[in-house]
Amino acid sequence: MRVALFLTCVNDTLYPDTGRAVVKLLTRLGVEVDFPQAQTCCGQAHYNTGYRHDAEPLARRFAEVFRDYEAIVTPSGSCGAMVRELYPRMGERARSEGRGDTLTRTLAPVVPKTYELTEFLTDVLGVTDVGAYYPHRVTYHPTCHGLRSLGLGNRPLRLLQAVRGLELVRLPGADECCGFGGTFSVKNPDVSTAMGVDKVRNAASTGAEVLCAADNSCLMHIGGTMTRLGTGMRPVHIAEILASTEEDPAV
Amino acid sequence: MSTTYLGMPALPAPGDRAFPSFPQAAHAAVRDTTLRGNLRHATHTIRAKRAKAVAEVSDWAQLREAGRRIKDHTLRHLDRYLVQVEEAVTAAGGTVHWAANAAEANRIVADLVKATGEREVVKVKSMATQEIGLNEALQAEGIRAYETDLAELIVQLGKDRPSHILVPAIHRNRGEIRDIFRSEMSAWGRPAPEGLTDTPAELAEAARLHLREKFLRAKVGISGANFVVAETGTLVVVESEGNGRMCLTLPETLISVVGIEKIVPTWRDLEVFLQTLPRSSTAERMNPYTSMWTGTTDGDGPSTFHLVLLDNGRTDTLADQVGRQALRCIRCSACLNVCPVYERAGGHAYGSVYPGPIGAILSPQLRGTATDIDASLPYASSLCGACYEVCPVAIDIPEVLVHLRERVAEGGTATRGGNKVVLRPAKGHAAERAAMRAARWAFTHPGALAAGQRLASRTRRFHPRALPGPGRAWSAGRDLPAVPAEPFRDWWQRTRGGKDEAK
Repeated sequence: MRVALFLTCVNDTLYPDTGRAVVKLLTRLGVEVDFPQAQTCCGQAHYNTGYRHDAEPLARRFAEVFRDYEAIVTPSGSCGAMVRELYPRMGERARSEGRGDTLTRTLAPVVPKTYELTEFLTDVLGVTDVGAYYPHRVTYHPTCHGLRSLGLGNRPLRLLQAVRGLELVRLPGADECCGFGGTFSVKNPDVSTAMGVDKVRNAASTGAEVLCAADNSCLMHIGGTMTRLGTGMRPVHIAEILASTEEDPAV
Repeated sequence: MSTTYLGMPALPAPGDRAFPSFPQAAHAAVRDTTLRGNLRHATHTIRAKRAKAVAEVSDWAQLREAGRRIKDHTLRHLDRYLVQVEEAVTAAGGTVHWAANAAEANRIVADLVKATGEREVVKVKSMATQEIGLNEALQAEGIRAYETDLAELIVQLGKDRPSHILVPAIHRNRGEIRDIFRSEMSAWGRPAPEGLTDTPAELAEAARLHLREKFLRAKVGISGANFVVAETGTLVVVESEGNGRMCLTLPETLISVVGIEKIVPTWRDLEVFLQTLPRSSTAERMNPYTSMWTGTTDGDGPSTFHLVLLDNGRTDTLADQVGRQALRCIRCSACLNVCPVYERAGGHAYGSVYPGPIGAILSPQLRGTATDIDASLPYASSLCGACYEVCPVAIDIPEVLVHLRERVAEGGTATRGGNKVVLRPAKGHAAERAAMRAARWAFTHPGALAAGQRLASRTRRFHPRALPGPGRAWSAGRDLPAVPAEPFRDWWQRTRGGKDEAK
């Protein structure tokens, strides 16, 4: 199966470890992973901040870069939701502006074959035990777009439960937003920070060493709050946990 | 451009630019620990109850979809249904008035009250009359309007502003309410009983005694309506306390101010909302009091009935393809109760009687996006989607928020006062727009992007953990992430996707 890794601009720039973990994990599961070098950004930040027309060239670029792959896998719930939920909507909006079906037709091929990582593992590869080993106490935060836009449900939890050595503890108020929200985090810094602090306090109350999520942009906000509050907890992307094995453990 | 008033009594003149933007207003609220505690307790309690009440209904998804369709159909044919309502209400002995905006509606109601010769009115809790600032308008005409809903009474006695659609005094705790009753009730009528404590039963009894004399004396009642059934011209008010029933039946004259989007075509349609509204708002399976009236009936209830149909920006909102779904709203407040932003910023920060997620999409449509507060409301959300999930009429609030952000950031066409207007991008977005354009350029030139990433990686030893200037928006509360030694794409190229990397 020829699979493209859509790493996302945030991961590419700030979290290459997550990218390496996805490659390692998928390769271990027998998937041939390619990283198309022409990829950049899905346009989510532009779209969600109100710059839909600036997001369009990025969406078109995404579709051109990834068009020929069988599946596109991304370790980000929100970027996955951008493609799956919002690309079709962008096409609709272009149509309603009298610009015809061109955008819809350009974007359509990539929409159904874009998968968030945990979804790809459970639904396409059909695995929940990926052979991982991670001897830590972990709590899981379901990020909003993964939870409510993509409907990931308990897929990430099922994957984590199958990890050897991992002690999974329930996060109180798990379904509540961490307060990142893209540009919301800087446009409404007081509310965003207050939400982050509550999320981190809930996480700290579990006694876990690691807060795991499937989206590094949320983890950037949560992690930045953790170090500011001095909780001693670490934010870790789920890919890094699932990639970790006894022979080659993640730190 | 005309401005639409959404009733913020304690504020300067309608449309006044002085109301701070949402982030500014939220700044203080976030630090108010009493307020945060009150809101957290109240919203989490009702949130959990609602989830339980909704989970009991096996066909909730279908009811939600039916509600969405009924509302969309009605809005699509609103011209027809409005005329049907006017005909049916008139035939049943009522009088129908049309108000294009708040000022017209207030004028109509004040004139109707004055024509009765009365100087005081009792009020049923109503968002429409809050929206138009009716109490203040009546006061200016020498008419006293008494709120009779318990929470509205607390707000009125406290010279306060409502901060929630269903529970306008949600920002108050029991101790604060006791203090307000003790110090303010005597100025309005029967004083609070001696030695009043903050137990719910005693507070409720104090309100009951205070209100009872007003119910028995009032000759004019004023209400809104949750629904108007077009086929018979029947108005419907659902409530929990019974004060509404008093106001709707005891006075001689009843005046109802109702937004034009409150119509449902038939009684069959009403059945859907009588199931979804109470469970979504108060988490009750059925609300205790449902009052319905059709015009007037000899010897039963008010002998004179006036219906004031209110536009106040609704037709402009209806003209917008994406934004019009906000008019499906049945004012249940479920979106407020699950909203993490509302929970921390409080209702007052929204600068409108419609706070929370629904307010963030209603106010900038009803009033336009010209003021600081209205231009900032579409951004008062992390787009977490909890509001959409609980909305009983499936308003995709995040979709509308993003649509309105576009109107603020990019400008474009909108309808104001019935006319198509071309809006310029809001001021204060120039730097952001430039940044977005620059990012778009970099993201369409991967070579430049890679060069930028490399530069960031190589200079990483010099990066601060916190940013000065505008960057403080991030780093006042959070540390910055450390930039890695090399971006992923360089690693991929260097190691051929990890193949050349030592195991």
